[in-house]
Amino acid sequence: MAFDEMHTEGGAVRSAYAGVASWLETVSADQLARRRAEAELLYRRGGITFSVYGDTQGGERIIPHDLLPRILSAAEWSRLAAGLEQRVRALNMYLTDIYGPQETLKAGIVPPDLVWRNPAFRPEMMGFKVPHGIYVHIAGIDVVRVDGDDFYVLEDNARTPSGVSYMLGGREISMRLMPDLLASHRVAPIENYPNELLAVLCSVAPRDRSEPTVVLLTPGQFNSAYYEHSYLADRMGVEPVEGRDLFVQNDVVFMRTTKGPRRVDVIYRRIDDDFLDSLVFRPDSLLGVPGLFAAYTAGNVTLANALGTGVADDKDIYSYMPEITRFLLGEEPILKNVPTWRCREPEALAYVCEHLPELVVKRVDGSGGYGMLVGPHATVAERAAFKVMLQANPERYIAQPTLALSTCPTFVESGVAPRHVDLRPFVLTGRHGVRIVPGGLTRVALRENSLVVNSSQGGGTKDTWVVER
Amino acid sequence: MSSLPSTHASEGNEWESALASAGCLDLFRQHHAEATAESVTRFLAFSEHNPSSIRQCLETARFNARAVRTALTVEMWETINGAWLEIQDSKPHALPFIDIPRFLDWVKEVSLRFDGSGYRTMLRNDAFYFSRLGIYLERADATARILDVKFHFLLPATSPVGGGVDYAQWSAILRAVSAAASYHWVYRESLKPWLIADLLILKEEMPRSLAACYANIITNLDHLAAAGGRQGAAQRRAHALYRKLRSENIAQIFQSGLHEFINGFIADNDGVNAAVVEQYLS
Repeated sequence: MAFDEMHTEGGAVRSAYAGVASWLETVSADQLARRRAEAELLYRRGGITFSVYGDTQGGERIIPHDLLPRILSAAEWSRLAAGLEQRVRALNMYLTDIYGPQETLKAGIVPPDLVWRNPAFRPEMMGFKVPHGIYVHIAGIDVVRVDGDDFYVLEDNARTPSGVSYMLGGREISMRLMPDLLASHRVAPIENYPNELLAVLCSVAPRDRSEPTVVLLTPGQFNSAYYEHSYLADRMGVEPVEGRDLFVQNDVVFMRTTKGPRRVDVIYRRIDDDFLDSLVFRPDSLLGVPGLFAAYTAGNVTLANALGTGVADDKDIYSYMPEITRFLLGEEPILKNVPTWRCREPEALAYVCEHLPELVVKRVDGSGGYGMLVGPHATVAERAAFKVMLQANPERYIAQPTLALSTCPTFVESGVAPRHVDLRPFVLTGRHGVRIVPGGLTRVALRENSLVVNSSQGGGTKDTWVVER
Repeated sequence: MSSLPSTHASEGNEWESALASAGCLDLFRQHHAEATAESVTRFLAFSEHNPSSIRQCLETARFNARAVRTALTVEMWETINGAWLEIQDSKPHALPFIDIPRFLDWVKEVSLRFDGSGYRTMLRNDAFYFSRLGIYLERADATARILDVKFHFLLPATSPVGGGVDYAQWSAILRAVSAAASYHWVYRESLKPWLIADLLILKEEMPRSLAACYANIITNLDHLAAAGGRQGAAQRRAHALYRKLRSENIAQIFQSGLHEFINGFIADNDGVNAAVVEQYLS
């Protein structure tokens, strides 16, 4: 039985959801349906869309937004926030170590080949001191609940995590379409996220300037997250730029403007490492800026996130995070890890092959719900086919028990019903420490019994309310 | 023009003149044998072969607006995106011919709303000055083309001036540029071709006139120069063209040839446009 965030096992309403429960009694299904249609219209009109890779229609889609908020009490949140803060500190410490003294490898905490063979490892970064020792300025830590006490980390996203615009958009929708329910709760604000983000970016500027020039580097309007890029740039009041809008001269980055070149101090880049600089990385990339890496290592511009952070967030390293936290921070991890079988280890592989029907098997380098097997929901044939791939390249896979993700009340065709959810809070790290706006993006698997919350696989979003009392 | 009573339609094919004024007569001929009210209207409003058809323009506008989303305010973006969605949903190209004027009214509303949103909501910085500059360069060109084609057509050397046919057509021009009432407020007399030309070329109080467009063009170019410190050929050429417009009178223009004057203006306006691109955008 999955943990129901609204109801106790006895069927009583938990106190955090008391307001939602009584509100639900006052609105008709009709009114809810009307509000839902209106929400969809607002999303479409606002162009709040994403595109799906491999979608031959080439169309933009809306991520369905469920109007019923997901509610966390202030006490639950503060426990979670402390854990997130620790987790991201550990990620940054680990990266500092990997690109520096490599104590974790020397002490045998992490098998060295996990680093050397990791395609996200950037040997070019060895020995380079990133500004203020921060690699991961923006992290998205995916967490799930399986009971009333604990949050488990499902995945760390330390490269270019996305989704924060849906978190902010969801709140705007709540304010417009659920003002009655919102007014009856003391919901912690999240609207300051773009300001916090800008403050973090400014705080890591290489030069001491009162107003550093920050830009957001986007692959352009055909990227699936383009809406988010333009939204964040707009809300921060910084220029969104493509690679061709920037150039490097004498290891300094400039932006072309109608008023002539302007020096750039911080680049919030939403382009993957591989494409950032065709002189150093993929030579065929037209998205990046030739010479950017040299400007970066000369200390003339700060990249957020830093290069090479992927070596800390893949599904393989994930399973070592508790040990890394103990070793580098000397602290006991606050957030739990989901038990993980590393298929690279022969005993683990044997166990996984035998227990496929109860496990979730993921590619260590996969994301977006692609290339994974959800054992309990797969057919015999699907499991057999997957097993062949698994045994051919065991080191590319990890396996985890199928977690009974917690459920939240969700508006579906048949009325209001529980659906499985996860949560991606966004953790910001700047020179002055870690900032987390209370909440995050709740993703919901809209199909009954489905555990896959990815937007590319039929997932939706919910507004997340941290309620202060 | 499609609202003209058919008895007031004149000899010759004025639908071709509409195409010529939009600069797409050749393109039309590649796809259609005959220029009829319906074929031309549909070509100008909906054709996928015509990059400046209303539908294609909206498609391009939405594509470009999305690319520079942060340069627009929410109100401007939602106007464009909303109109684009509306076209996707309502499929106006499938409308019966008789219902097209309703679609055209909607298009006018959309462009007024976009223009108004920009005016009301944009920060006064270079994005605003550029957007205004674009509007006025485009509008000056459109006014000039409408004038040229219609006057060419309305004033064949041998035909008598006056009569019901001419009157209906002149007033159609004025309505096309939303100036029918203004004409009467300014001149307080019946429609005269040279007064219409005077209104649309030289009268600065008429917002579509070439002179009014240029007053706005130099204002916005000067703002740009002040904001960014870049002053150059764009400003010089625009000021020169504005001075020229202010020194003209309509009798002179008719004497030396309206068609020549307008062709000269269109070329000069293109030159200003090119100078802006060269100076700021390349």
